[in-house]
Amino acid sequence: MFELSSESVEEVKKQMARFETIESAIIPSLYAVQKQNQGWINDEAIEALSKVMQIPSSRINEVFKFYTMFNQKKVGKYHVQLCGTLSCHINGAPDISDFLCQNLDIGLDEVTADGKFSISRVECLGSCGTGPMMQVNETYYESLTPELALSILKGLP
Amino acid sequence: MSEIKILSQYYDKPEFQFLEGYKQNGGYQMLEKALKMQPQEIIDMVKASGLRGRGGAGFPTGMKWGFLPKNGEPRYLLCNADEGEPGTFKDRMMMEKAPHQLVESMIISSFAVDSHKSYIYVRGEYYKSISILNKAIEEAYKAGYLGKNILGSGFDHDMDVYQGAGAYICGEETGLISSLEGKKGQPKLKPPFPAIQGYLKKPTIVNNVETLASVIPILRDGVQEYRKYGTEKSPGTKLFSLSGNVKKPGNYELALGYPLKSLIYDLGGGIKAGRSLKAVIPGGSSAPVLTAEEVEKANLDYESLSGLGSMLGSGAVIVIDDSQCMVDCLANLTHFYHHESCGQCTPCREGTGWLDKITHRILAGQGRMSDIELLVKVADNMKGRTICALSDAAALPVLSFVTKFRHEFEYYVKEGRSLVKGKVLYHGQMHH
Repeated sequence: MFELSSESVEEVKKQMARFETIESAIIPSLYAVQKQNQGWINDEAIEALSKVMQIPSSRINEVFKFYTMFNQKKVGKYHVQLCGTLSCHINGAPDISDFLCQNLDIGLDEVTADGKFSISRVECLGSCGTGPMMQVNETYYESLTPELALSILKGLP
Repeated sequence: MSEIKILSQYYDKPEFQFLEGYKQNGGYQMLEKALKMQPQEIIDMVKASGLRGRGGAGFPTGMKWGFLPKNGEPRYLLCNADEGEPGTFKDRMMMEKAPHQLVESMIISSFAVDSHKSYIYVRGEYYKSISILNKAIEEAYKAGYLGKNILGSGFDHDMDVYQGAGAYICGEETGLISSLEGKKGQPKLKPPFPAIQGYLKKPTIVNNVETLASVIPILRDGVQEYRKYGTEKSPGTKLFSLSGNVKKPGNYELALGYPLKSLIYDLGGGIKAGRSLKAVIPGGSSAPVLTAEEVEKANLDYESLSGLGSMLGSGAVIVIDDSQCMVDCLANLTHFYHHESCGQCTPCREGTGWLDKITHRILAGQGRMSDIELLVKVADNMKGRTICALSDAAALPVLSFVTKFRHEFEYYVKEGRSLVKGKVLYHGQMHH
């Protein structure tokens, strides 16, 4: 059974007091839950959040499922999001995607056996002048080649 | 002709990210000046400057501010920093390099429109921008630029940052409001416009990052000086995000009316060796594509680009060289719009899906000749029939690509492979 940590509860309560309405706290609270649950959110986590916020889980769910940054399934310790939109695409993003998947031996939206990496192809991340690029957890890595992207990932602890 | 660094004057110097460095270079002097003015004077200056929204729609800013009802209700100012239009990366630069410029401009604008609370809605992925803005806001509170009785003026204002969570549609102003209210980021039917009924049904102004930042030079240099740059109908300077197959991509601040060709060849260093220009998307992915021939006569302002059947949009210039397959480029964009449609209106939800499916069927070498007309038909049926502009934004690239590069689509269908790349570019495993 998933339970919100005292840290998460504190964060959710802080967010609930931050805005004009408590509903505005749903998105920031989902971030807190996702952080506690290693980068993704399941039904149990939504239930737990629903109890703390006193908002029906269906209401939280509709927000959770609308936004792409909330992960509906397990991700790696390092969640790699490769931009695949036009400027990155015409500068070699597909090659990076293929190269990383091959070398990490996973497909898109899969997690490596050791749980360290997952890779997704995402839409424009606003780094078009320095593409191709990837976001690893919260950090942008820009002006990539396939080899550079792989060496960045290999260098992560 | 070259770059004009007004909004971007702080970009090269890291110390400007912090209050001290910003202040040493004139920062917050315009706030002091503004607080001694009548709010209406500021609104009048913004109106007279001819400033138009820099997020994409190009709506006159002063006029937007003028729509606020005078009924004493609390008002909100929302800064739209949900930068997501493919090709656009100017607001990120502005937030990372000169956060105080945005904070100061927002306090001034809030004073002008009599708002005591503002939010900067930043797209969720911009963690760096968010942390830099939070720090800047903290510094501004400590210095007395935010909070109660700002600089002894009697004006109170609070500012906060809201982290989005990944949805292009939240860059649409009413989608942004829905998201800030803790809902799915679905746009709302207008009227009522946000200025009458916006965030929490209260009068609300939503302005793009660059639009708000432009208020400072207007106030500092005066309307006449501001209008020295640009054209009669498109006054001032604007940031252009240059990307794609060009040697020196990046953000360039230019007077509106600057020749597109000069941005690509002079500032941008031109096309990579051995290649030639094929097409340019001049205003973000929603703007109809221009051929190399049209680029020759295009200027970067509202009227020139709309005269060519395209638009200035967010100022994102995506350069496409002759090594690219236009069927592939269009399929990339149809996938984007399909992914980003909020699902609220049927023509968009279904239409973007069909455009995605049909372009990928052609890309897989399985297209039929009738698919080209089908694309046009579907796109035509998506225009002007939905709550927001996403549906039109998805349809316009399709119509322009298919019309202007029809031979590439016909070849792909007939031969089952790309005219440019000589092979099938898609093997059925659709990425999501």
